[in-house]
Amino acid sequence: MELVVFVFAAAMILVGGIGVVLRSHPVHAALSLILTLFGVAVIFVSQEAHFLAAVQVIVYAGAIVVLFLFVIMLLGVDRTEDIKTEPFKVQRPLAIIVGLGVTGLVTAAVITSRDVVATRGAGIIEPAMTDPDSNIRQLSRSVFGDYVVAFEVTSVLLVVAVVGTVLLTRKVKPASKESQ
Amino acid sequence: MSALIAAATPTTTWYLVLAAVLFGIGTVGVLVRRNPLVMFMCIELMLNAVNLSFVALAKRLGDIGGQTTVFFVMVVAAAEVVVGLGIIVSIMRKRPGANVDDISALKG
Repeated sequence: MELVVFVFAAAMILVGGIGVVLRSHPVHAALSLILTLFGVAVIFVSQEAHFLAAVQVIVYAGAIVVLFLFVIMLLGVDRTEDIKTEPFKVQRPLAIIVGLGVTGLVTAAVITSRDVVATRGAGIIEPAMTDPDSNIRQLSRSVFGDYVVAFEVTSVLLVVAVVGTVLLTRKVKPASKESQ
Repeated sequence: MSALIAAATPTTTWYLVLAAVLFGIGTVGVLVRRNPLVMFMCIELMLNAVNLSFVALAKRLGDIGGQTTVFFVMVVAAAEVVVGLGIIVSIMRKRPGANVDDISALKG
């Protein structure tokens, strides 16, 4: 059963990821991104991270991709990009070599260290069979207990990001220059 | 057949290899594509690959700290997308249809 879930989710993730890279239309790339994000959410559920799966669907597939689509429509760049022609001939083969190299190195590191991660620790993640709320309870205890300072700093980060973006995208009116 | 399927239960290594492949796809996308919006989407792919490996290791090692890290990564990714798209909007308003080669000099 876990194998079936893994195979389907991996297919969603890989098809979506390749679609983001290869589709020349930005809207199609954004829709492929949604497919990938849902696949990641499925794997989160199968890995006992229920709260993060919900956040993944709501924040990523909901808010962030909608923001992408909104900007695509707002800017009117929703036309097919010419990805056949390449200004630098050497760039595309080099990029593929770099990508394969990164993937190969990380895969080799994972496979050589699989005995290290094979030892299960003390285990504070209880399976959800016994207690459906255990994941959310543990995560909230961790976020609001051990990492409460980081959580508060995160709120400052969000406020700074929102105010900074409003200032960045504001249109400067000519009248405001005269008043200065 | 059922014994074969039972023997092929996905281990943590499978999830980590999947995350590595997704990260590689994102890397190629950032390096190849010229549209700044699509490059941002590829950065999201890379962030999701890292989140995937964090969650897989959190289950394997029995440590909820991995899921806490993913929580913070998601918040920072949301802030990063907001700021990045704001910059892209303000650039595109001045120069419609610009790709990343046109704005490589970082001046209007």
